[in-house]
Amino acid sequence: MNIIVCVKQIPDPETPAASFKVDEQAKKVIPAQGVAPVVNPYDPQATEAALQLRDAAGGGKVTVVSLGPDSARDAIKHALAMGCDEGVLINDDAFEGQDNFQTANALAKAIDKIGEYDLILMGRAAADWDMGVVPIGVAQALGIPAVTVAKSIEKDGDSVKVERVLDDGFQTVKAPLPAVVSVSNEFGEPRYPQLRQIMMAAKKTVEVWSASDLGLSPDEVGEGNRVLPLEALYIPKIESNVEIIEGESPEEKAATLVARLREAKLI
Amino acid sequence: MSGILVVAEVFDGELQPISHELLGAARKLSDGGAGPVSAFVAGEAYAQDLIHHGADTVYVSNAQGLEIGLADPYLAPVNAAIEQSGADIVLLGQTNIGRDLGPMLAFHHKTAVSMETVDLQLQDGRLRATRSCYGGNARAELTWKEKLQVATVKGKSFDALEPDTSRSGEVKNVDAAGETKIEVLSTEKAEASGVRLEDAPVVVSGGRGLGDPSAFTTLEELAGLLNGATGASRAACDLGWYPPSQQVGLTGKVVSPNLYLAVAISGASQHMAGMAGSKNIVSINKDPDSNMVKVSKYAIIDDYKKVIPALIEEIKKVK
Repeated sequence: MNIIVCVKQIPDPETPAASFKVDEQAKKVIPAQGVAPVVNPYDPQATEAALQLRDAAGGGKVTVVSLGPDSARDAIKHALAMGCDEGVLINDDAFEGQDNFQTANALAKAIDKIGEYDLILMGRAAADWDMGVVPIGVAQALGIPAVTVAKSIEKDGDSVKVERVLDDGFQTVKAPLPAVVSVSNEFGEPRYPQLRQIMMAAKKTVEVWSASDLGLSPDEVGEGNRVLPLEALYIPKIESNVEIIEGESPEEKAATLVARLREAKLI
Repeated sequence: MSGILVVAEVFDGELQPISHELLGAARKLSDGGAGPVSAFVAGEAYAQDLIHHGADTVYVSNAQGLEIGLADPYLAPVNAAIEQSGADIVLLGQTNIGRDLGPMLAFHHKTAVSMETVDLQLQDGRLRATRSCYGGNARAELTWKEKLQVATVKGKSFDALEPDTSRSGEVKNVDAAGETKIEVLSTEKAEASGVRLEDAPVVVSGGRGLGDPSAFTTLEELAGLLNGATGASRAACDLGWYPPSQQVGLTGKVVSPNLYLAVAISGASQHMAGMAGSKNIVSINKDPDSNMVKVSKYAIIDDYKKVIPALIEEIKKVK
């Protein structure tokens, strides 16, 4: 079974709010000092799913693809250390500042170029922009079905059986292969690469493809050609009017709070 | 300008509240000059309700498969409604259907979609959308390069209009058939005990700061006394301390209760995005400088392990 996993490198979502800064002029996030970018938290779960499916099928290969700057090589290396077979970095200064719609298009072209695939997996969304549109876009560009927010994935002949997480429950669906499936955190813990695997992954070559390698012209990539232009990016302000409930003991504070809530008819 | 199309959703035989909120948003845009308001719905039975809530025209589809809980079958019928209405703004809910259908429509028309939009404005006759990003740490304002502007809207971001039964409108049919290659084998509802989180007038939530999953039992007791529901931050859910179905936040449930009691929650933007609409917030926290304390009406700065049992005793006394 040949599987392609798409991963993304993002600013660490656990960055404390106080260290999060935005350059409003450039409409860009200023990387926090000393906080390294990480693999999007859902992506190792998509990678784990790919490895389990490959191994259950008894063969095939898992190719990991990422579109991003040079540093995104680390996200690919992480997936290779987990056990993926090959890696492709889509890297070109021309992509700088582009949106998810352009990225979905570029990923679809890269997947086409890789050629052989039964299944394409990715995280349910990237935790930076949190849009979740790329799985749908890639599927549509390739003319194959998309199944989103998977909790479990099982190959069943020429199709996949996927348990999806809904707002208020779960749904099990069957989709013909090839298909795109986006994976959610409910999938479970991904494996953590061991030192030996990390060292082996470091030796694996990662292919690098540019915009022109994918047949993308300069007038369809980058910030200037966004389909969803970014007009402003800022940190929302908070105004405080809090009353701190004073008291000698937790019991006294609790009694005062209950009195306040009763006065305000909140309880 | 040529109008707004709202994609209404029916679940278990009822129009979903988000459909009314979308019409509220659409009417505001229409009043600003965005053209007439149309609505798409599966089933004629809901047409008058949509008109009473602000639709000028309702496009009814009786296509197969709109009830199975997948977005794919909606694509062709909704496209037919876009074409017939001439709308250049399409609004959907950020729901099981909308979160897939929004991008499907956008990619199909080679345009873009703003997901989980919290505000929509008109600027020079064009849509400008505001949404959270970077875990709620930042806000982005977005516009569209192409003519067709698609947005999914976060629940409770807009107020529904009071139904006006004297409003009248047109009801039209769309004939396009829905298609999907995906087969639904089964659907099950997650069972939450007690009051549903989204409907609860009081929500008591705990975060990673609890330091101990068993603390949720005490929070449940407090919530029970207040006829409320119990929620949790993403950090607490990720640790497996509480079911993901009870997660409040950017990637969880959006609640706006009359009273929100945040216990040992610092107020990472991820969580704030799910409860910022609460009418009254109370914090129990050790850190007076935390985000959550800043947005609260009242706060107790102390150890929750001592405060919560004391609160339970006090409330029992006055009940």
